[in-house]
Amino acid sequence: MNVLWLVMISVSVVFAIFTGNLEAFTKSIFDGAKSAVEVSLFLLGIVSIWMGITRILEDSGLIYRIAHLFKPIISRLFKNIPGDHPSITAITLNVLANLFGLGNAATPLGIKAMQELDALNEDKETITPEMMVFIVLNTASIQLIPFSVIGILATFGDSNPAAIVLPVLIATAVSAMTALLVLAAFRRFFG
Amino acid sequence: MIRAVEAISLLIIPLFILFTVWYGTFKKVRVYDSFVAGAKEGPAIILKIFPYLLTIFMAIKGFQASGAFDYVRDAFYGVFAFLDLPIEAVSMSIFKPLSGSASTALFTDIVQTSGTDSMATRMSAVIMGSAETTFYVLAVYLGAVNIRKTRYLVPVCLVADLIGIVVAVCVARYFF
Repeated sequence: MNVLWLVMISVSVVFAIFTGNLEAFTKSIFDGAKSAVEVSLFLLGIVSIWMGITRILEDSGLIYRIAHLFKPIISRLFKNIPGDHPSITAITLNVLANLFGLGNAATPLGIKAMQELDALNEDKETITPEMMVFIVLNTASIQLIPFSVIGILATFGDSNPAAIVLPVLIATAVSAMTALLVLAAFRRFFG
Repeated sequence: MIRAVEAISLLIIPLFILFTVWYGTFKKVRVYDSFVAGAKEGPAIILKIFPYLLTIFMAIKGFQASGAFDYVRDAFYGVFAFLDLPIEAVSMSIFKPLSGSASTALFTDIVQTSGTDSMATRMSAVIMGSAETTFYVLAVYLGAVNIRKTRYLVPVCLVADLIGIVVAVCVARYFF
C-alpha cells in the first residue's frame, strides 16, 4: 500500500508538471478530501443502520443459525479460525450480502468481520492470511444478480436487461476463483 | 423475468428488516434497545476509516486530474484496438477498481451513447457486474482494523483485477 501510494502521488505530480495540469491537480486533491468526507458521512448513516440490524439478529440468535448453515464452506476457505468463532458469522453475512448485491449492507458486515478476525491476530500491525482471503473475496466481487447494472439498462430501454445475469455470473465466479488461486500462488512464493 | 428481478430488488431489504424485527420480538428481544446499542458502534468505525478513505481518494483524484490516467488509458486503447475490442470497455476496466460512483456514471454514459444492445454496452455491463472497487475495499477494510503491513495483498488484488477484466471481456465476447 505504501509503495502504491508513493508511486501514484509521484507519477501524478510529475505528469501534472509535464502536461501543465498543476492547477487541476491541486484542485483535485481537495476534491478528493471533499469526496472522502461525503462518503464517510454517507457510510456513517448506513453503517450505523446495519450495525443496529445486526445487533438485533445477534440478540435474537438468528445470525448464529444462518452462520451455522454455511460453516462447512467458510471453514474450508478460512482454515485457522476456531470452530465457533464469531468471525464466521460476520464473514457469512458479508458474503451473503455481496451475493445478493446489497453493497450497503455488505460493507458494515465486512468491517465487523475484519474486527473479529483482528481479535485472532497476534501482531496487530500485520495482516493475517485469513484477512487476505476475506479481502480478496470482497475485491473479486462475488455477485448473483447485478441489480444496479440491470437497473441502468432497463432505464435506457433495453428490452431484456436480465440477459447479462448469466454472463456476469460466469465472469464473477471464474474471476473470484482465479483471485483465490493467485492468492494461494503468492502465499506459496512469499510465505 | 425482469419484472421478478425488479420486484425482488425492491422487496428484499424492507422484508429483511421486517423479518428481523418480528423474529427479534418473537424471541423476546427488546428490538429498539438492541438497534440503538448496535448503531452506537457506527461513529467509532467511521472515525477509524476516514483517514484511509481520505488518503486513497486524494491519490486517485490527483492521478485522474494530472493527466496520468489519460496516458494509461491511451496505452490500453492500443492493445484493445489491436484485439478489435470496444474502447469504451478500456475506460470501464480502469475506472471500476478506482471509483464506484465514477464507473456508474461512465456506464450510464456508454449505454446512452452507444445504445443498449451494442457490444460496448454489454462488455461494460459484464465488467461492471463482475469487478469491484478494489481501492475502496482495501481502504475501508484495512482502515477498520488499522493494519499497516499488508504483505503481498495489494499485488494479489491488482493481478486478480487484471485477470478478472480479461475473463469479463472473454465472457462478453462469447455470449454476445
